[in-house]
Amino acid sequence: MEKKHSGSPQGLGNDVVLLQPIIATRSSFYHLALVLLGFTTFAFFAWLHQLRWGLGTTGLNVPVYWGYYITNFVFFIGISHAGTLISAILRLCHAEWRRSITRAAEVITVLVLFFGVGSIIVDLGRPDRMLNVLKHPNFRSPLLWDVCSVGTYLLASSIYLYLPLIPDIAILRDHGAKYTRFYRLLALGWQGTERQRRLLDRCIAVMAVLVIPIAISVHTVVSWVFGMTVQPMWHSTIFGPYFVVGAIFSGIASLIIAMALIRRIYFLQDYLKEIHFNHLGTLLLVFALLWFYFTFAEHLTTYYGHDPAHLVVFYSKLTGRYAHLFWAMVVSCFLIPVGILGRRQTRTVTGTVVASVFVLVGMWLERFTIVVPTLSRPRVPWAKVFYSPTWVEIGITLGFGATFIFLYMLFTKFFPIVSIWEVQEGREVALKEVAERVKSYLPGPEITPEGAAAQATVGAIGLGAAEDLDVRRAESKIQTE
Amino acid sequence: MPRWGMVIDLAKCTGCQACVVACQSENNVPCVEPEQAELGRIFAWLAVLPELSGEYPRISMRMLPLPCVHCDSPPCIRVCPVGATGITPEGVVRQTFARCIGCRYCTNACPYTRRMFNWYKPEFPGEYPQALNPDVTVRPKGVVEKCTLCSHRLIQAREEARAAGRPLAEGDYVPACVEICPANAMYFGDLDEPTSRVAELARSPRAFRYLEELGTEPKVIYLSEGEWAGGKEAQR
Repeated sequence: MEKKHSGSPQGLGNDVVLLQPIIATRSSFYHLALVLLGFTTFAFFAWLHQLRWGLGTTGLNVPVYWGYYITNFVFFIGISHAGTLISAILRLCHAEWRRSITRAAEVITVLVLFFGVGSIIVDLGRPDRMLNVLKHPNFRSPLLWDVCSVGTYLLASSIYLYLPLIPDIAILRDHGAKYTRFYRLLALGWQGTERQRRLLDRCIAVMAVLVIPIAISVHTVVSWVFGMTVQPMWHSTIFGPYFVVGAIFSGIASLIIAMALIRRIYFLQDYLKEIHFNHLGTLLLVFALLWFYFTFAEHLTTYYGHDPAHLVVFYSKLTGRYAHLFWAMVVSCFLIPVGILGRRQTRTVTGTVVASVFVLVGMWLERFTIVVPTLSRPRVPWAKVFYSPTWVEIGITLGFGATFIFLYMLFTKFFPIVSIWEVQEGREVALKEVAERVKSYLPGPEITPEGAAAQATVGAIGLGAAEDLDVRRAESKIQTE
Repeated sequence: MPRWGMVIDLAKCTGCQACVVACQSENNVPCVEPEQAELGRIFAWLAVLPELSGEYPRISMRMLPLPCVHCDSPPCIRVCPVGATGITPEGVVRQTFARCIGCRYCTNACPYTRRMFNWYKPEFPGEYPQALNPDVTVRPKGVVEKCTLCSHRLIQAREEARAAGRPLAEGDYVPACVEICPANAMYFGDLDEPTSRVAELARSPRAFRYLEELGTEPKVIYLSEGEWAGGKEAQR
């Protein structure tokens, strides 16, 4: 006996607005796409130029062998933590407010990873020999650990994006507006039967558990590329967790910006509500504080260690050549976000977006001030040479950013950016589940639904805002019944 | 098995840079245009670092010729993702140009900054191409290169010794920089052979190794009165 759940376009109700971006495309989409692809083309020519003449066309020199490209690599891989951490952790915690934001987060992860890997390939002197990492792997090298963990992460997060997409693809297939064959192929014969649902839930749960350690390993290994050398201010034991915190921090920021844009452009104010931005803003605030804690601990330890080689780099960051970048980073990663997000009145959509933009800029600067100052002040006294990028590096950096935005836009034109079935499931199943769950937290014997609702109101005091809201919704539903 | 090492007497070094030039021409190290040099892309397997100490007018200056120090525990070979660099049983840190992918991780991991990257296709102006050493490969653009302790000379010396039916003697194999040094400040030989000149000098109370505290175990040993301060004052 297999019961068919709602999932046909007829049963979509108001949720049909989520299909609107796929059905109709406004001319402004094409205009923006054209501008973004202009940047992509420019980056492509910059790369061809670099391939033709060599890495000499960049601003890199002796001893600053790594610059914008490696900064971008660390930055992009960091942003990719948006998807897994928001989506997987919230899913596992049964945080009900996740339902309309998980998809937007997971897409960021998968797409941005390509640009992280791309940054490394662009940085290679001999990209034609790239496959040597498979033919002659040296497992003692942290860079090879990177190849392994980023590869695994790309695979796992692609599966993790695809699985919750299947029921929505089936909706698109049944809707039959366009590309029906393409959606039929991807839907894998999804009918929404009881068995299929159970299987999907199980698979998503397994992937959610798997993807978290993989995500953490990825950014830990990225930090070890620096931490495993003996270079001053790179050789630090807290780099692993420090980088992971920074990665989640910039990931949340990019998710908030993406959500605000989606909400504005596709009129999804009903799905991506103020409350979502408020919750994510709180999360961003927590990570701003964590980030500051790590940054402070790292620099204070270096200062008290008083190793001359480390101090040279330390002072070049705090008072020297890189001071303006360092302090701009502190302001935009800590002071501004905490100022905005610390107050409930400013933790609005606009407020969180402004804070997120600053966080993204600040986190890029953080990566830059980790990579470059150490290299420009090696232990061996070297000619005083400073690094500044050329048009090639700037062009490729801008092109990567623009291409990422373009691919993200393109995704919203083929798949619903808010998970339709998960929102529906929220209405149909989760409301009752939450009421049951709250009931199970409370003392006393088994109680009737009416009693549970009354109890839940009492129990909700002291719970988080999210739970509070869920409970109140559940309560009103039970009363209407 | 020998363990090749070098001893440089800083009291004898005049800073004439003959070793640098000998190395350039022996190993086909490309020329660098002045604009490139200004960008900091000076190309030298062996560099002579100046050290200034004291305050004007009581100022003193020393020179430190710094090739790859051929660490026994090299930080560079651990980090290479493709195993393009390694250490031979005789202790020479080698680079396989044909395998290097040009990621420059080794250049960043080397605390001595003694690894060079080919930013462009190497240029040899004028008649220079006719003077290239046929025993040494010219490296393509985009790969990392470094001092090999003139290992092509070792191969040659070993073959000659075998042809003559005798064991390799001290002085058969000497890198170009050591051979040229007009002040006789550089010595080369087997550090594991107790009777060799280098082993004897390495035991001297004047001996020290540069950045020894990092645990890299360099096989280039310096002789000097008082420790080399590493140019820390110049760095500030």
